[in-house]
Amino acid sequence: MVEAGRTLEPPSGWQGIVSDWSSDQRAFKNVSWGKAMMWIFLLSDTFIFSCFLLSYMTTRMSTTVPWPNASEVFALTIAGHSIPLILIAIMTFVLISSSGTMAMAVNFGYRRDRTKTAVFMLLTAALGAAFVGMQAFEWTKLIHEGVRPWENPWGAAQFGSNFFMITGFHGTHVTFGVIFLVIIARKVWRGDFDHERRGFFTSRKGNYEIVEIMGLYWHFVDLVWVFIFAFFYLW
Amino acid sequence: MAQAAAHAEGQQHPIKLYLVVWGWLFILSIGSYLVDYFALQGFLRWSLILTFMTLKAGLIVAVFMHMAWERLALSYAILVPPVFVLVFVAIMALESDYTHLMRVVFFGGG
Repeated sequence: MVEAGRTLEPPSGWQGIVSDWSSDQRAFKNVSWGKAMMWIFLLSDTFIFSCFLLSYMTTRMSTTVPWPNASEVFALTIAGHSIPLILIAIMTFVLISSSGTMAMAVNFGYRRDRTKTAVFMLLTAALGAAFVGMQAFEWTKLIHEGVRPWENPWGAAQFGSNFFMITGFHGTHVTFGVIFLVIIARKVWRGDFDHERRGFFTSRKGNYEIVEIMGLYWHFVDLVWVFIFAFFYLW
Repeated sequence: MAQAAAHAEGQQHPIKLYLVVWGWLFILSIGSYLVDYFALQGFLRWSLILTFMTLKAGLIVAVFMHMAWERLALSYAILVPPVFVLVFVAIMALESDYTHLMRVVFFGGG
């Protein structure tokens, strides 16, 4: 990115794509390696989640046994009323809120506001943990009702395997996200990126961009939930 | 492209923008929940669910993940490959229709 004597703006549009990719240098001009690699990892993760959702579509379309009604399966009885899909709705709002607090954290990270960045990251982690907690509740409830990867009381057996696979894989992503959020928040809090403290594992100096890279991962987890919510719970 | 240069040192945008997007994500989520709450069915249900989903996904990627401000070389490298998943969807839809037909024909619907 820092090329001596370079004063011209790089071209934009299609010309920009061609010149970036054919420059015989790094293709992603204004993006650090850390950020580019996170994007490429997320692209690979997109394919994995796509394959899960695709196999769900395939099993659901090809089975001749009735598919359970998600609206009823995930309903909760609150104050004597059965409210459809309410647990999943709450989980969705918790995850969207966490995306908002993460965006705030990234913003304050670039303003080098240590305290606010760390607080918003921890808030994000707390919302993420709440999400996983509710998922654990959801799993427990369904297991009690007899849902297994090979059967369920309401019809097509594939419902169970798809449910545990898709929500389990997503929940694992959220859990890892929470762990990394706490780790990065700690680094921000004690000023690692202001004092250029070297990392324990890599012995490299970090900078505030790691908050944005962490944010990319977190928003991606929320993004995947948007698709799971639409296809698995609302379909 | 003045934008790209301005954001070369980091993705700094006004907080108000994030708050507006956050608000929209809430509104769109409420929309998708209401589709289920009022038990809409058929084409209406489908088009509403997919519309809300696409808008939410678009807002998250464009603003929260800053894709709107990246150079096109990165945006296209990341956004174009998932589009090909749609081809896979079409193939698997044909395949599952066929499997379903075979099950009905040979197992008598069950």
